[in-house]
Amino acid sequence: MKYLDEYRDAKAAQALIQKIKSTSKKSWVIMEICGGQTHTILKYGIEELLPTNITLVHGPGCPVCVTPLEMIDKAIAIASLKDVIFTSYGDMLRVPGSKSDLLNVKANGGDVRMVYSPLDALKISELNPDKKVVFFSVGFETTAPPNAMAVVEAQRRKLNNFSILCAHVLVPPAIEALLSSRESRIQAFLAAGHVCTVMGYSEYIPISKEYNTPIVVTGFEPVDILQGILMAVQQLEESRCEVENQYSRSVRLEGNPIAKKLLTETFDIVDRKWRGIGTIPQSGYRLKEKYSSFDAEKIFNVEYITKEESPLCIAGEVLQGLKKPTECSAFGTLCKPESPLGAPMVSTEGACAAYFHYHK
Amino acid sequence: MCLAVPGKIITIEEVDSLRMAKVSFGGVMKQICLEWVPEAKIGDYVIVHVGFALNIVDEKEAEETLKMISEIEALMIEEEKQNTTSAE
Ligand code: SF4
Repeated sequence: MKYLDEYRDAKAAQALIQKIKSTSKKSWVIMEICGGQTHTILKYGIEELLPTNITLVHGPGCPVCVTPLEMIDKAIAIASLKDVIFTSYGDMLRVPGSKSDLLNVKANGGDVRMVYSPLDALKISELNPDKKVVFFSVGFETTAPPNAMAVVEAQRRKLNNFSILCAHVLVPPAIEALLSSRESRIQAFLAAGHVCTVMGYSEYIPISKEYNTPIVVTGFEPVDILQGILMAVQQLEESRCEVENQYSRSVRLEGNPIAKKLLTETFDIVDRKWRGIGTIPQSGYRLKEKYSSFDAEKIFNVEYITKEESPLCIAGEVLQGLKKPTECSAFGTLCKPESPLGAPMVSTEGACAAYFHYHK
Repeated sequence: MCLAVPGKIITIEEVDSLRMAKVSFGGVMKQICLEWVPEAKIGDYVIVHVGFALNIVDEKEAEETLKMISEIEALMIEEEKQNTTSAE
């Protein structure tokens, strides 16, 4: 397929790997923030092909993985109600809450439906006026505008039976939190190409300056990722520190202004809890007051639910790049994709699941 | 979850007063919302995520990137040649 196959070309990948080898003189630690990139890296065995002086650490950029336990519990509480149709992207259905997951709710008679797009959830609420349709609104800045659009459209179409359970997270505050942590060993970042397709990359310029850290906006195919790594290594070797854009076929400096405007009109920026990491200030979205009648947390009165994580799971350290999944005592034994203990084992984009599938 | 894929716009139409398109992903068709890419036209490639086009693929930039990569390829082949001759 055009714009995909060229970036999976083995010869191009080979050449980039060779170039990375000849460019990197010192040891460098680079984090790819996005779970989609982690998936590609593990799938194509990119880590094994890189010279040993380049270490990749896998960041917290998988919304399935960082949605806090209590939010899953809230989803389960709402989905278990009689008159509710609970709709969600497929990957959220298997995420373990403290006692159950959404698939279990479905098996026990709850009306839980997987949707491809939030527009599908809107359609379901149009077709079921006697039910309350709730959409699990998770994701980073890439997914936020489609989800915001669902709320705006619901209002325009006067769908009073539609609401969203909002658990949106934002990338730049997470990068800042990682960099300001004293344990951080990250020397450069690959920023997430699709987040930046929406938001642009001007937000990253002050972060790169303040923490003296190169940031390369990078795509998702193996050749993209290798070129992103090469650009980061070149900066590190030359003691440069800039924000560069590898994924220029999709990302412009200003992002998509229409989608961004929709975001500022729909959401307020608030503090958010990240599974395994804790609360990061100003790192998430909440629906604006004027849309509170579409806010499932308020409608179903589940704001009170809070919950802490399982002590065995070291997802926090994995998501911060401090430990590899294989260093977790539960990895592959107590914790497997069929019976995940922690969130990174659930989604195929989660670091633990990616290791389990491709790295054994 | 942030995966988005390039697809080609085949037709454009208005549905529920939204600008929608039929987009082909290697032959598989999907209905996609074009509200955020008002300048998109039939034949353009768009980056699609959960039913929405996030941006139009910039053909020039795509070519530029591939050109840079093939330059690196040529350079590496050259280097390898030199290495083998100097080893001989
Ligand atoms: S392997 Fe399982 S228990 Fe261990 S960190 Fe990953 S998700 Fe948590």
